[in-house]
Amino acid sequence: MTERLGEFLASWRPRFALIPCPYADTVPRFQNPLASPILPMDALPDHMRPERSFQGFILALQRFWAEQGCVILQPYDMEMGAGTFHPATTLRALGPKRWNAAYVQPSRRPKDGRYGENPNRMQHYYQFQVIMKPSPPNLQDLYLKSLAAIGIDSSVHDIRFVEDDWESPTLGAWGLGWECWCDGMEVSQFTYFQQVAGVECAPVAGELTYGLERLAMYVQGVDRVYDLNFNGREGADKVTYGDVFLQAEQEYSRHNFEYADTAMLFEQFRMAEDACKKYLAAGWKEGGNQKEHLMALPAYDQCIKASHVFNLLDARGVISVTERQSYIMRVRELAKACGEAWVHTEAGRAV
Amino acid sequence: MPDLLLELFSEEIPARMQAKAADDLRRMVTDKLVAEGLVYEGAKAFATPRRLALTVHGIPQRQSDLKEERRGPRVGGPDAAIQGFLKATGLARIEDAKIQTDPKKGDFYIALIEKPGRATIDVLAEILPVIIRTFPWPKSMRWGERSAKSGSLSWVRPLHSIIATFGPETEEPDVVKFAVDGIETGQTTFGHRFMAPAAISVRRFEDYEAKLKAAKVVLDPQARKDIILEDAKELAFAQGLDLVEDQVLADEVAGLVEWPVALMGSFEKEYLSIPDEVIRATIRNNQKCFVVRDPKTGKLANKFILTANIEATDGGKVIISGNERVIRARLSDAKFFYETDLKTKLESRLPKFEQIVFHEKLGTQAERIKRIERLAAEIAPLVGADVEKAKRAAHLAKADLLTEVVGEFPELQGLMGKYYAQAQGEDASVAAASEEHYKPQGPADRVPTDPVSVAVALADKIDTLVGFWTIDEKPTGSKDPYALRRAALGVIRILLEQGRRLSLTTILEWSIALHIMRGSEARFENIVEAMRDPTRGSDFLRKRGTTSSGDQLPALIRDMISFFADRLKVQLRDQGARHDLVDAVFSLGGQDDLLQVVRRVDALGKFLDTDDGKNLLAGTKRASNILAIEEKKDKRTFDGAPDVGLYALLEEKALAKAIDQVKSEAGAAVQKEDFAAAMSAMAKLRPAVDAFFDKVKVNDDEPKVRENRLKLLNEIRAATRAVADFSKIEG
Repeated sequence: MTERLGEFLASWRPRFALIPCPYADTVPRFQNPLASPILPMDALPDHMRPERSFQGFILALQRFWAEQGCVILQPYDMEMGAGTFHPATTLRALGPKRWNAAYVQPSRRPKDGRYGENPNRMQHYYQFQVIMKPSPPNLQDLYLKSLAAIGIDSSVHDIRFVEDDWESPTLGAWGLGWECWCDGMEVSQFTYFQQVAGVECAPVAGELTYGLERLAMYVQGVDRVYDLNFNGREGADKVTYGDVFLQAEQEYSRHNFEYADTAMLFEQFRMAEDACKKYLAAGWKEGGNQKEHLMALPAYDQCIKASHVFNLLDARGVISVTERQSYIMRVRELAKACGEAWVHTEAGRAV
Repeated sequence: MPDLLLELFSEEIPARMQAKAADDLRRMVTDKLVAEGLVYEGAKAFATPRRLALTVHGIPQRQSDLKEERRGPRVGGPDAAIQGFLKATGLARIEDAKIQTDPKKGDFYIALIEKPGRATIDVLAEILPVIIRTFPWPKSMRWGERSAKSGSLSWVRPLHSIIATFGPETEEPDVVKFAVDGIETGQTTFGHRFMAPAAISVRRFEDYEAKLKAAKVVLDPQARKDIILEDAKELAFAQGLDLVEDQVLADEVAGLVEWPVALMGSFEKEYLSIPDEVIRATIRNNQKCFVVRDPKTGKLANKFILTANIEATDGGKVIISGNERVIRARLSDAKFFYETDLKTKLESRLPKFEQIVFHEKLGTQAERIKRIERLAAEIAPLVGADVEKAKRAAHLAKADLLTEVVGEFPELQGLMGKYYAQAQGEDASVAAASEEHYKPQGPADRVPTDPVSVAVALADKIDTLVGFWTIDEKPTGSKDPYALRRAALGVIRILLEQGRRLSLTTILEWSIALHIMRGSEARFENIVEAMRDPTRGSDFLRKRGTTSSGDQLPALIRDMISFFADRLKVQLRDQGARHDLVDAVFSLGGQDDLLQVVRRVDALGKFLDTDDGKNLLAGTKRASNILAIEEKKDKRTFDGAPDVGLYALLEEKALAKAIDQVKSEAGAAVQKEDFAAAMSAMAKLRPAVDAFFDKVKVNDDEPKVRENRLKLLNEIRAATRAVADFSKIEG
């Protein structure tokens, strides 16, 4: 997860969660995965098998992690650079409460658009994200079982855990872990969060991020992402990834690089930043013995917004090198303040 | 005697940390054993991606008993002293102490303290958990349920189990019982993650290593590396190819696998149109695979060798094809980058440098390139380079930083510049300078030899040094973020190894002038001229907002020259030469031609190895010491020529004559830069100095004679300064 400069913000992991706090009795409990049966793939109809369809592939992962006691969330309804931005990861990584969740998150990296011409680079793609807090002792085994569940057999594939630390000093956030390699290809990232928003993670959460298209391409044996079979059907019924997304890639690349309204975006950045600060300031409630915050989630939405707007401006090439750093710092300040607020909410604070 | 087996089994340890961790484990455990009085016969540590293991053999079963006599207060001494003594020695009553009689000092209490040795296994149970808790990983982490509380164990990655057994070879060993953060020691480990994941019970190192091997784990990293290299060579050989050996990569790969299996894959021949270095960087850095070369052409072949961690049930077919896919995609990107780069001329990339800040206070890359260009042009005639070529080379040397390939593989900077310059038909020397001007990059790197490259390399390094010096960003202690020490050492090595003589002061002044010119319309020549006036020069610097030594031009230059002197000393020390002689030469002042300095140091060193040299040094030091004492006593110096009329003794006259002769001979030799001759002249001084000290009493009762003799001593010191400041020489 070593960040390249150009992807700095896009790959930046936000720290504060926006997911509404579940009622206490719905908080997922970690269950012994060995006691859970693995999805019997043979029972699936062909078109639903993970090696036949993109959607079957996602469903297999969701099913697997559901079996491990994760809540299966839906994508967050905002544009973001990586699944880590989802409040279910950033914010939920903070605080002592148990949290096990998995979800697909569309990830937007405006600069990575290639007008649909590159076989595996896109400005919009999917990540599958798993977060387990505290990290279970057998998280590596669970990960390997999840690969088996999507058809990657460890007796013929070479699966490796290669050092890859994630660190963002400007965010006061870091974690240690690996890139997971399958036959020389990086297919996932595996991180034990140590610190988020300058706050020590206690307990530590384990985070897994799967690059869905890349893995599905490997499992389906296609070299071009747009050739992925999306629905597992053949002939006239077959829908490819390109049928669904190629036009979008072309249109958004044009938008991101050429036409995105920069005046509007600069204004949106400013508005999001102001709104975030305003909601944070208004959210503090003094009462009882401890400070309490009542609007961490709406404030964090604005932080996500600011981050994405910055990525768009960056893709448009209208931010200079020096300004760039200052924009990054501004987003970081927001994120830190949101984290501070989050640990004073019901879901984020100590019991 | 019994052996210890220790294994720390964890999730995957970063390859780059394994060797040091194994070494740290061995060192920490054995140091602690020795500190506990347990001397062992041997120890060896191992690392795999998932475990650190240590065997220490021949440790005594128990510590030996300690007997100690401690002397106490005198019999009948104050009660407080006696109580303190009882407390310190653990005696219950003073009657338990012996009384020792000392004929002179009276009777004393003596406590006999016996400390029985402990069983080694108990000592181990005490020291091992401390070592584990304080293990010096470069980066460590917390995990799991326990990380909710403070004080939980930190390890490089989650630690799962610990084996610790202790016992003699012939018997069932005991488990050294302790627990760290809830992990209890035992005798169980696990085999290969995929091929033999079951638990294994072990007793001691011998069966541990053998059982691991049976469970598809090669414990010894060196053995894994050997397997990788041998198998890789064999695979290459079978195809009539040579492995491009890469020890660093082999070490890394050995740290990524517990059971190495080398496999060969291939890629499309069309990718061989990419420069070999780019192919290698792509395959090596991104995929950790080896490349192979065709011995007939010396060029890379379209094959690569990967190291898998398993014996796949299909013989590796799927693994090879997976790796081929990735490498194909990577090479396809690299080829695209390379071909895209070739479409743009290097100079047309330059305007972009105007947007790229080199350093906030030093302006843009474009400004920097302009300065280097001008400085290289000024230096060119001094190093025998064509001025126009040097300018052109400096103009293009950094352009490849903006190419796609260098963006992807920064380590190919310079090299790609050379290829692109060649492709656009630049002069060979100009193209070569793109690569060569970065050299030398380290002690093992070669220095540039082509004069054009030498000029640009010097200009590049001097510009960097001067720039950071003027904004007061000098290296401090271990901090040298801009690699200024390396730059200075580069300058030194180029000048010395290329035998180039030039005045550093002049070049530093030029470079300072170029930095001062920033953004102004002033002409370079005018500024250089103005800088000759120290006040105006310092004024320029002040305008740059520099502080400390930078606020005055002469001080800045002095400071930089002394930085070079320090680097030169380090360099000479590393070569085993006498670095104190560097001080002795620099201390003369005005020494800014490094090649001359080194020649002088060399001659001086040889001279000091002779008897004449040693004695002259001793004599000079003696003269200096006497002078120092007397100057302090009289609170004055003894400068000025001695009065010939006051010489009373033959030895005085002889010395005065010798000094005159040596001064003129050595001076003439130094003028001709014949330092060896200067030293031989110096040798003539020795007998006169020896005789003088032998026969003459310096501090004569007659004050005038005394003063005159001290002045003569001062003359010795002055005469030797023709070659060096002898007071700076050690010994």
